[in-house]
Amino acid sequence: MLILECPYCGVSGEETEFHAGGEAHITRASVGDDDQAFETYLFMRKNPKGVHFERWQHAYGCGKWFHAARCTMTLEVFGTYSAQTFTPPKALLAEIAKKRSGFEFEGGAS
Amino acid sequence: MSTRLATQGRLLNRGAQVKFTFNGRTMTGFEGDTLASALLANDQMLVGRSFKYHRPRGIVASGAEEPNALVNLGRDGKFEPNARATTTELFAGLTARSQNHWPSLEMDVGVVNNYAARFMPAGFYYKTFIHPRAAWKHVFEPFIRHAAGLGAAPKSADADRYEHFYAFVDVLIIGGGIAGLQAALAAGEAGAKVLLVEQTSHWGGRAPVDGVEINGAPADDWIKNALQALENMPNVTIRTRTMGAGVYDHGYALVYERLADHKPDADLPRHRLWKIRAGQIITATGAIERPLSFAGNDVPGVMLASALRDYVVNYGVSVGDRTVVVTNNDDAYRTAIAVKAAGLDVAAIIDARPDGGGPLAAEAESLGIRVEKGTAVAKVNGSKRVTGVEICPQAGEGKTMTLIPCDAVAMSGGWSPVVHLWSHCGGKLIWDDAQAHFKPDASRPPMGDKGQPFVITAGIADGAMRSAEVLANADAAGKEAAKRTGSTPKSTKAPKASDADENPMAPVWKMPQGAGYKLRSKMFLDFQNDVKVSDVQLAAQEGFESVEHTKRYTTLGMATDQGKLSNINGLAVLAESLNSEIPQVGTTTFRPPYTPISMASIAGEARGEIFQPLRRTPIHGWGDDNNADWEPVGHWRRAYAYPKQGESVEDAVNREVLATRKSLGLLDASTLGKIIVKGPDAGKFLDMLYTNMMSNLKPGKCRYGLMCTENGFLTDDGVVARMDDDTWLCHTTTGGAERIHAHMEEWLQTEWWDWKVYTANLTEQFAQIAVVGPNARKLLEKLGGMDVSKDALGFMEWAEGQIGGFDARVFRISFSGELSYEIAVPASQGRAFWDALHEAGAEWNATAYGTEALHILRAEKGFIMIGDETDGTVIPQDLGLHWALSKKKDDYLGKRAQQRSHMTDPDRWQLVGLETTDGSVLPDGAYAYETDLSRAQRGAAEFAEGKHAAVNANGQSLACGRVTSTYYSATLKRGIAMGLVRNGPDRMGEVLQFTNINDDPISAKIVSPVFYDPEGEKQNV
Repeated sequence: MLILECPYCGVSGEETEFHAGGEAHITRASVGDDDQAFETYLFMRKNPKGVHFERWQHAYGCGKWFHAARCTMTLEVFGTYSAQTFTPPKALLAEIAKKRSGFEFEGGAS
Repeated sequence: MSTRLATQGRLLNRGAQVKFTFNGRTMTGFEGDTLASALLANDQMLVGRSFKYHRPRGIVASGAEEPNALVNLGRDGKFEPNARATTTELFAGLTARSQNHWPSLEMDVGVVNNYAARFMPAGFYYKTFIHPRAAWKHVFEPFIRHAAGLGAAPKSADADRYEHFYAFVDVLIIGGGIAGLQAALAAGEAGAKVLLVEQTSHWGGRAPVDGVEINGAPADDWIKNALQALENMPNVTIRTRTMGAGVYDHGYALVYERLADHKPDADLPRHRLWKIRAGQIITATGAIERPLSFAGNDVPGVMLASALRDYVVNYGVSVGDRTVVVTNNDDAYRTAIAVKAAGLDVAAIIDARPDGGGPLAAEAESLGIRVEKGTAVAKVNGSKRVTGVEICPQAGEGKTMTLIPCDAVAMSGGWSPVVHLWSHCGGKLIWDDAQAHFKPDASRPPMGDKGQPFVITAGIADGAMRSAEVLANADAAGKEAAKRTGSTPKSTKAPKASDADENPMAPVWKMPQGAGYKLRSKMFLDFQNDVKVSDVQLAAQEGFESVEHTKRYTTLGMATDQGKLSNINGLAVLAESLNSEIPQVGTTTFRPPYTPISMASIAGEARGEIFQPLRRTPIHGWGDDNNADWEPVGHWRRAYAYPKQGESVEDAVNREVLATRKSLGLLDASTLGKIIVKGPDAGKFLDMLYTNMMSNLKPGKCRYGLMCTENGFLTDDGVVARMDDDTWLCHTTTGGAERIHAHMEEWLQTEWWDWKVYTANLTEQFAQIAVVGPNARKLLEKLGGMDVSKDALGFMEWAEGQIGGFDARVFRISFSGELSYEIAVPASQGRAFWDALHEAGAEWNATAYGTEALHILRAEKGFIMIGDETDGTVIPQDLGLHWALSKKKDDYLGKRAQQRSHMTDPDRWQLVGLETTDGSVLPDGAYAYETDLSRAQRGAAEFAEGKHAAVNANGQSLACGRVTSTYYSATLKRGIAMGLVRNGPDRMGEVLQFTNINDDPISAKIVSPVFYDPEGEKQNV
């Protein structure tokens, strides 16, 4: 059971307080986008062994959605940050790069 | 025979005799006994039968690793199957029965499986499932079901209570041997908050049994002092009978405390499940001795050497009068010496090592014990009890040199650290060649949330084989854990332990080295599941190279002991068969719990009424008083109907429907979701959320809306009312309130975070009552207050005011097709308002109706119900709701998905009404299939092209529709139904056949889904 820190209310809580929401930084496709782009948006998700950017909601706390950068292998949480952004904070990316050589952020679904 | 000794038994209280029964026979033991030691003291070696071959099984171990001695314990509300005799403490009145045999333990017909063993090799079940199918169904399965099965299922509700406990500690130490105690002392002295748990009822582990000395005194003295010191530390908590069950992410651990298993009459919870968040976890979990693989190693009387020693030293029990010790290491000599010291006979020590042992061997020989070096057990004689062993050279093929009569065999194949808890959360292992075991790799520990290691292993669990090492490394572990959690360890030295020097052990994976098939097929690896050396070899031969596949194919390690004895031996045999090394083959995954924990402890207090909280509307109490037939809707209870005295539920439903249609019905609609959406961008937001336009709704007006997910599928519906310029009130389905509110918040917070919108879920702030029927307006006018006339409050309008003195919001909306007002009043006024409506409505026979009448009324009108007509695969277009899909909007959630090719397929199943030709009620969920031959023939061609078809390639009819709602309509006096049918709306008048399980199909005609008042005149008066 993970420990996560909500960047909004500052509470460090048990996983049961939170609700997982899948991959973060996905760009919405809609009317006007072709089938391939829409399929990618709707269904294609990364499943990395390593650094993963994901959405969480402090469901049984302040109710806010936020993002977490987490290693799916070691379960290390590199940091949590506001969901109201298109890319992770630069400082966080730099810290991850320090810990995981060769790491680069790839935005959106691939 | 096995019997009680006059001496020894350090854990016994010989002053307290305890009576118990086994298979109905009364026996006697002492306080401090386990059920296993007490059974042995009563010469009950045979305790069960193995799972597959029903071979006789005796006690093999003295602790949690025991594979055989599982019993049905207790009776009635205190009955429990598969209780492990070696970890069950004896208490007065204990009743136990052996299991997995029929008709009796001594005489078991299943044992024919044993003679058929060569026909039941590895993968027997898989092979049989495939091969003679009929034989499986008619012969094997009935036989196996009757004769086998581990334990009996309890028949009564559990009479005990259970609880959960939450704890936050700096350092959790699992295991109360000398390593755990020293680690606790080191961490505790540093000031860390420590919890130390031990699974048995006593502290100190094996050290006192093995004759270890600490600081020059017997281990028992040091243990006593250590416990005293720990008890004096306010920052340290210690618990016996408490097992570390699992280690999980980020320092979470489950710990299982058995408070009252040993005193079932005490007023205590039986089990307590601790949910612990620990800064650091030290696993001082000890080691488990491995059996040796020789033919007949499963015959009752063959036991682990350490277990036999435990029974002598701890419980004063002689397992046999004449013991043979078989070993590949020095430790087993301790058993021979202990047995001899108890005045019993040791017939021989069979040491597979050509050079034999060190100082312990010399001591044994000086006691006059015969030691055979480079020797193996060729086979064990005896069936229900050992009668002797035949010995042979270890290097040979098993040709017997000598027969040694004996009635007990103590075997030792070396020791494997208990790495389970280290491994649960990702700790890695390394292979130790010298000890031939896997041990924790300290450089690859489980990682915490900050990437820090959070498990340290200590003592023999870390591979420290000698007691001096054990204490030193446990001391270091305790200090390190304290340091990592912010305390400063004291600069003390670890106590000094001493024990005898040992010669290196030698890996021996089968005895003798060159044993042929006949011997190998009697060498048991997994005693409970009857997996033999030959089975693992066969699996490897058949291509099962992965250890995980071999495990599942042979069932090695899949018994209730979870492979504690069989794991390493099985791996070694597999590695040898694959010409590979053990570390390359690897281990199977260690999964929690370490040993089984009770289901009831997982449930804890959440039983019966407090299993789940119940949501009650303000009017719930009236339902209780008026015989409501409750049904669960989410966490709510809603009245299905309100049967009167002597009335059936069905009759009540029909009465409620007719009363509403003819005069006046009242519905508690409080559970409907009520979400306020407010702000400058609220209109824009609702236009994205609903398929139809909400931004152009005028204040004072209502509009029915549909919501889809981004996949295009319908997720909720309801009436939206515009309150004022920037405020909308969205009604959702009963089950949808929280879900839709969360859905709104998710989109607002994560996609359109710059939109100025605020949402609030007000569902529980209001009671809402639907006043329905031709006399609805008369009732409201009688109560007096605001103007509810047709001109003042038209259909699909709402107004705020007072009704009968109650503050009310009145919505003129209808889910029944009748003249209808839904009236919201503050929740605190709900019951009073409901009562006022009943009192004033008596002259029109005001009738409370429940959810079933609600469903029938809406179905008569062809209104859809989310969850009936929709199931997560249905889009609005399927339901003929095109009118609710705005063409003016560029976008809404689901719009793009509804343009995908499958969604625009003209062959989708679409909503129609269904009318049985005989007026009966269609079964819910029944499927329709094509019967029209021309359609069917066309279908075959389409099928060949991969398109939708009426029949499949074999000419069998395919389903072409299903019933989504079906009721008896009291209004129309016949069955009515709605369903989704392929091309349905184009097939009006066609008669379809519907499946009717175990009966003839039912014919139903496709009709319009609106059965009642198609012009909608009644709601608009």
